[in-house]
Amino acid sequence: MKPPLLDIRDLQVCYGAIEALHGISLSVNEGEIVTLIGGNGAGKSTTLRTVSGLIRARAGGVRFAGEDIGQCPPHEIVRRGLCHVPEGRMVFANLTVQENLRMGAYLQRDASVVAREMEYVLGIFPRLRERSQQAAGTLSGGEQQMLAIGRALMSKPRFLMLDEPSLGIAPLLVKTIFEQIVAINRDRGITLLLVEQNANLALEVSHRGYVLESGRVTLTDAAAALRSNAEVRKAYLGG
Amino acid sequence: MKRHPQLWLLAAIILAAVLSASARPAGVNPYYLGVAVDVGINVILAVSLNLINGHTGQFSLGHAGFMAVGAYVASSITLGLAARFGGPALTPLLFAGSLLAGGLAAALAGLAVGVPSLRLRGDYLAIVTLGFGEIIRVILQTTDAVGAASGLKGIPKFTSFGWAWALAALTVYVVACLVNSTYGRGFIAVHDDEVAARSMGINTTRYKVTAFVIGAFFAGLAGGLYAHHKQFISPGGFDFNKSIEIVVMVILGGMGRTAGVIAAAIVLTLLPEVLRPVAEYRMILYALLILGLMLARPQGLFTWERRTGAKPGPQPT
Ligand SMILES: Nc1ncnc2c1ncn2[C@@H]1O[C@H](COP(=O)(O)OP(=O)(O)OP(=O)(O)O)[C@@H](O)[C@H]1O
Ligand SMILES: [Mg+2]
Repeated sequence: MKPPLLDIRDLQVCYGAIEALHGISLSVNEGEIVTLIGGNGAGKSTTLRTVSGLIRARAGGVRFAGEDIGQCPPHEIVRRGLCHVPEGRMVFANLTVQENLRMGAYLQRDASVVAREMEYVLGIFPRLRERSQQAAGTLSGGEQQMLAIGRALMSKPRFLMLDEPSLGIAPLLVKTIFEQIVAINRDRGITLLLVEQNANLALEVSHRGYVLESGRVTLTDAAAALRSNAEVRKAYLGG
Repeated sequence: MKRHPQLWLLAAIILAAVLSASARPAGVNPYYLGVAVDVGINVILAVSLNLINGHTGQFSLGHAGFMAVGAYVASSITLGLAARFGGPALTPLLFAGSLLAGGLAAALAGLAVGVPSLRLRGDYLAIVTLGFGEIIRVILQTTDAVGAASGLKGIPKFTSFGWAWALAALTVYVVACLVNSTYGRGFIAVHDDEVAARSMGINTTRYKVTAFVIGAFFAGLAGGLYAHHKQFISPGGFDFNKSIEIVVMVILGGMGRTAGVIAAAIVLTLLPEVLRPVAEYRMILYALLILGLMLARPQGLFTWERRTGAKPGPQPT
């Protein structure tokens, strides 16, 4: 069997004196969609931030495509094809939609590739095309989330991590976004790691899931199995 | 201006050349010419600080320090050459060389200040840069080789209207091109959201230091121009007040709006001159006017669209 694309081993992460992750292990295989669920403060965002190099682990290792990326700076990790859309719609407010997308292809030198990716992104999110000359700061929340995902796609990632893509977004837009997440995985073969409060929806589109509780992985299973698990239903799926 | 910076540069250089060529024979009042040179120098200072404070969103209070480095290095070179080889040895080419040396020395200082900026932001960075400016001033004040507190005198008059405006145009051109290139939008990205920029593969560290180095380089050029315009420099001329003056230009110009910052630099250079008739009340009036402007238009004096095509979005702080 092929080794997993992303392999996290015994990851321990601290903020100052407080340990947020107490040694978690998880892996994502090429082509999968995997969801990380857990309550507030469980350490989901911390996990993503550590993988993308925004913060450093105290102990443990992160391997991507067979190589140790634990010590790599974020731009080196993006270069290897691992892209992270952080929590909270972080678009570049003063740049236009189009310029934001171009920033996503920041490491891409080939202009024809950039143009092609841009077409793809504007194709899956037509709203962005309508607003391509608008400053990103003036977009609605859902549009900003689309832009953040589109911008990440511009880097032609092999692996995409989305932190709460449905946070504070109207149900209709959430549906569009999740449809595109599935499409990205199916059509482009991009592997995804999702973090979602809307666990039901996320597990519906995922292959597997992990449950994180106060910095520890407490459960992992196939997505369908997690959805029918009584405890998971009670804690995260609203009964 | 953002769309065709090359054309603007060309237009500005031609204008500067024509004006400087025609000014001499026509015998334009040298006072006006002097003020025009001041305007050019302040445009360079404001636009270069705008790269650091406006576009990249850092907060530097040390721009006068970079200016001082450029001024002292450039004048030491021209004075040294004049002393050894006599006045005629000084050609425009040598002047350009000494300006460049001043700019490079300032850029080096920018590198030294830019490195701590990696970990500091906001008020902490402001304090470090303020400290840097003061350290430069104190070093100059106690170094006998550069005249200590009394400064350097008899610097050859080299800066003309043409030099000042051509270099101002060059500064505007370089900064405008920089922030409008794909590479340069990284400066704005760092300003808008540093975490998102990093997660996008943008090396934010390099952008912040680059902003300091380039900003300092142009401040150094401005310092060299200033020294060869006033023909006298002393450490007192590059104090905290001078840094604040430039910061005010950037703020009133609307942080990150190149055209606004240029306009603010021009207005704020002319303002004290216009106020000359009221003599002793001049500086009080000047301060009050600035205070009033800041209160009345906190978003900047000139708030036309900051970037072509981009409708203004909420300004992150
Ligand atoms: N910058 C920080 N400094 C100090 N502690 C932090 C920081 N960021 C997160 N923490 C702490 O680390 C723990 C995990 O936080 P994290 O943001 O990873 O949670 P999360 O699972 O993403 O939660 P949420 O669902 O609310 O986004 C929390 O206890 C949080 O208080
Ligand atoms: Mg989170």
